Amino acid sequence: MKALLLNPVLNKEFKLRLRSFKSYLGILIYLIVLGSIGIGFIFLTTMNARMGYFRPEESRVMFMVLSMVQLGLILFMTPGLTAGVISGERERQTLNMLLTTKQSSGSIIVGKLLSSLSFLLLIIVASLPLYSITFLFGGVAPRTILATFGLYMITILTIGSLGVMFSTLIRKTIVSMITTYGVALFLTAFTAFVAVLSIQFISMGGPTQTQNPIPYLMLMGNPAAVLMTVFEPSMQKELMKQSGISIPLWISYLFTCVFLITLSLWISISKLRPNMRVNKRRKA
Amino acid sequence: MIEIVNLTKRYGTFTALDQMNLTIEKGTVFGVVGPNGAGKSTTFSILATLLAPTSGTAYIDGIDVTQNPSKIREYIGYMPDFFGVYDSLKAGEYLDFYGASYGIAPKEREVLIPQLLELVNLSSKKDTYVDSLSRGMKQRLCLARCLIHDPEILILDEPASGLDPRARVEMRDILKELKAMGKTILISSHILPELSEMCDALGVIENGQLVATGSVAAIQQQLKANKVLIVTVQNEFERAIQFFEDQPLAVDVRKTADMELQFGFNGTDEDQIRLLKEALQQSLPILSFTEEKTDLEDIFMEITKGVE
Repeated sequence: MKALLLNPVLNKEFKLRLRSFKSYLGILIYLIVLGSIGIGFIFLTTMNARMGYFRPEESRVMFMVLSMVQLGLILFMTPGLTAGVISGERERQTLNMLLTTKQSSGSIIVGKLLSSLSFLLLIIVASLPLYSITFLFGGVAPRTILATFGLYMITILTIGSLGVMFSTLIRKTIVSMITTYGVALFLTAFTAFVAVLSIQFISMGGPTQTQNPIPYLMLMGNPAAVLMTVFEPSMQKELMKQSGISIPLWISYLFTCVFLITLSLWISISKLRPNMRVNKRRKA
Repeated sequence: MIEIVNLTKRYGTFTALDQMNLTIEKGTVFGVVGPNGAGKSTTFSILATLLAPTSGTAYIDGIDVTQNPSKIREYIGYMPDFFGVYDSLKAGEYLDFYGASYGIAPKEREVLIPQLLELVNLSSKKDTYVDSLSRGMKQRLCLARCLIHDPEILILDEPASGLDPRARVEMRDILKELKAMGKTILISSHILPELSEMCDALGVIENGQLVATGSVAAIQQQLKANKVLIVTVQNEFERAIQFFEDQPLAVDVRKTADMELQFGFNGTDEDQIRLLKEALQQSLPILSFTEEKTDLEDIFMEITKGVE
């Protein structure tokens, strides 16, 4: 932990980020968007309800809506914050000087990743008071809240690691960002689409109880699907029953994420600096 | 000591560096000159462990850059030809960040940073945002950054490019000071002529090859370039012109001013003495017999002429 706090890149990035007006503006806009959705939801619900009050069940739905929107915002912001960390240094012509220091590639990559993710964490923490509205009306178990925020953390770490990897491999920030958005879209929209398509395809065959692992396999990397199973445990049971896989989806998601994080960070660390020996091996 | 052995770098079919060999002794200030695209920055990047060679290698204090790049980074201070800065950092913080990156303890950095800022004449700018510094100040700050871990070797790629004359003089003075500190400095610059007095040796790179190396005088010798001799006579100008035109080692004899003539001379110093003796024996009324000074710029132009 001490080594992490002493990470020069992490310290420098904190300093740079918190000195930028854009960071504060980002938090403000984020909270305005999330707050508007929350307040708008309450307004619409109470306006349509004859009684004029907000019930725990509605509070639960609001929590789900807010959590989904927050996940969407996280998926939107993470590539933006991470996919330029290395390519941005390259474009600003500061990377070469950083690479000639004694700092290890691992320290640079981890410092860059954690500084970007810390900012996202700050945004999420800043959004907690908005969630207190749902606590006020009840209907949401603390376990669900913890699971939701745990899911955010692992998702941020995964998409962030992918962003850092593309930023290391691709010279231009804009290309790296588009690629990371593409992967995030693949993990959420494309996998969900294939899963739904697969379920539909099987159900067309009649009421036969054939097992179909495709939806499960597709959704095991999909944060939105995992979040849905956190809210609706019955959905998870149905998915496990249909696929014949007895591992809860969130565990599979966790493994998928750990695999993607490990692979991305390993590639980033090994590709940050040139392999000075590569040509010797080639010659041999 | 820097030792470059058969260093080659190819990009597809393009050869940026071709079997380069060079040895630079400890404490030497070695200037590298050559036209754009000759391979200067490629050489420097390989030495700075930023680029892998296609073949060959380089040793810094006996350590192979291809085998132990992390160790090499402790020995070198590298200043690239183009570099950016972190705009939202203050000059002191900028140095502090790099100090931390080199693993220097915070207390040590507190002592070191004011010293370095003083060395590069930026003491008053410690709390100024890097963004607001002038180009010359940024160059000097970058030089201070190179020195933060007290490296034995400095690799400076065009450290004075884009600077105004005053900033160049300031940079040159700092480099002189570093030379006095015993640093081995490898420097490339378009203002090399201005640095001639501080360069112990020069290397001329052309098309990825080292075409000449040694002291300024040695390079002149290697080139066997035409010396340009200037002769002033008191009178009998026509007879003087005729005399020098008849000399087999003299070429392109022409009048440059009243009673002054100039010609290219392909001989050695001994030939030059012999020529003067002969002219005096012919009773030519010679007032002065001088060699036109050739500076590094001329040498550079001579070596690289015809190279784009």
